Amino acid sequence: MTQLLTDTGVIFGRYLRMTLRSRFALLFGLLQPMLFLVFFGPLLQDIPLNGGGDSWQTLVPGLMVQLGLFTSTFAGFTVIMEKQYGVIERMRVTPVSRLALLLGRLLRDIVQLLTQSVLLVLVAVAFGLRAPLLGVLIGFAFVGVLALALAALSYALAMWVGTPQEFAPVVNSVNLPATLLSGVLLPMTLAPGWLDAISHFVPFRYLVDAVRRAFVGDYLAPEVALGAGVAVLLAVVSLTVGTRVFQRAGA
Amino acid sequence: MPVMPAAIRTTQLTRTFRSRTGEVEAVRGVDLTVERGEILGFLGPNGAGKTTTLRMLTTLLPPTGGTASVAGCDLTDDPRAVRRRIGHVAQAGGVDPQVTVREELATQARLYGASKPESAVRAEKLARQFALTDLLDRKCAALSGGQRRRLDIAMGLTHQPEILFLDEPTTGLDPGSRADLWDLVRRLRSELDMTVVLTTHYLDEADALADRLVIVDQGRIVAEGTARQLKERHGGSPDATLQDAFIAITGHGPAQHDSTAALSI
Repeated sequence: MTQLLTDTGVIFGRYLRMTLRSRFALLFGLLQPMLFLVFFGPLLQDIPLNGGGDSWQTLVPGLMVQLGLFTSTFAGFTVIMEKQYGVIERMRVTPVSRLALLLGRLLRDIVQLLTQSVLLVLVAVAFGLRAPLLGVLIGFAFVGVLALALAALSYALAMWVGTPQEFAPVVNSVNLPATLLSGVLLPMTLAPGWLDAISHFVPFRYLVDAVRRAFVGDYLAPEVALGAGVAVLLAVVSLTVGTRVFQRAGA
Repeated sequence: MPVMPAAIRTTQLTRTFRSRTGEVEAVRGVDLTVERGEILGFLGPNGAGKTTTLRMLTTLLPPTGGTASVAGCDLTDDPRAVRRRIGHVAQAGGVDPQVTVREELATQARLYGASKPESAVRAEKLARQFALTDLLDRKCAALSGGQRRRLDIAMGLTHQPEILFLDEPTTGLDPGSRADLWDLVRRLRSELDMTVVLTTHYLDEADALADRLVIVDQGRIVAEGTARQLKERHGGSPDATLQDAFIAITGHGPAQHDSTAALSI
């Protein structure tokens, strides 16, 4: 157990330092949600979104989940590069805990996404977002769990496929429909019945709905509990898959 | 003097891969013994099973049959104990071009359980031994081929392993760097009593460096002995080249084609 913690710390440190060295990439990852915030957000200001709060309280939670969807699903890309450099095998020949190789990376991904989310919320506040602090913190908790789940799946996929050419299309074909169907930009309650029905099969929708309720201070709403349940389930399933793949020798 | 157990002993080591077209037997029952302090050359044509065998012995790939003990530990029962006692330098190397030499060496030491201060000391020490001190704060991408190879090997030696596995260590190196590397491998044995298992395609390298050669073909050991023995037995005379012996053993000579036909370009 101590070894797992120490090893996780070592791996976390390595990848955190890599992230800090490429701060530009950190900002670049924020570009898309920032563009939506700045160029799309103001359009919604006077439109009734029946979200209980103002338009920023509806849009910003969506953008936080979108940031998670786009950043964390691509986390595995680094593993593909490292496989080609032989870094993955070099580490697997050492007695380092296999699980730490996954957990250390995931921890970095959570820290990275939370940092980006804080920046996003700060800019949103400048544009007019007003939300209770507790609600925003709950939002960050959801984003952290989402990062954990998606990055774990992304690493598992990256260990399984060999090349960027196989990896990127799979991720893209999940990302965009998932984004659209989870009501990231506008709540799915505005959708016609059939679209609303489909979106109920997309787990991220429940996370977006939950964070939106939290942002208007409605912490006891059933959406928050449902979202938390879905997030935890997603994380458990993803971590199980990720752990299996990382512990299998020869992967 | 107590009898030391062999560094490596395998019995009917086998690896079968399942593919769409059926089963592929990459390694078919390899019995191999490597003594402590020995430099063993592992030769064979492409696809003979060299790398697969090495990947099994270094715990990267579980065998589908047979048993092996490496550095006194059972490969299947206690792979972590094997990992603590071996070093492996893969063909691809294994450093990230965007990371500095110091960071790679120190992190590697930490993966073997060294504390933070200890790992910093070890990184400095290894850099001195491998003439990398001036390059410690450069990114790995900035190193020359020879420097990269020295770093790769330093990474495999961070924890002073009993056995070092080198997969085609001199491929792509210039003659000077190759000679340096041969010298290094000899010193690992003479100064540190290390056992070295290396694969190579260069027969002159095998001839000059290895105490004993094992030639594999189609997943089986087809010949083993000193270079001299192989030349006598398979090349026809002690004066035969290792290449003659190698071709006689594996039957993989130059591609059979109509050598009388004129080349046209």
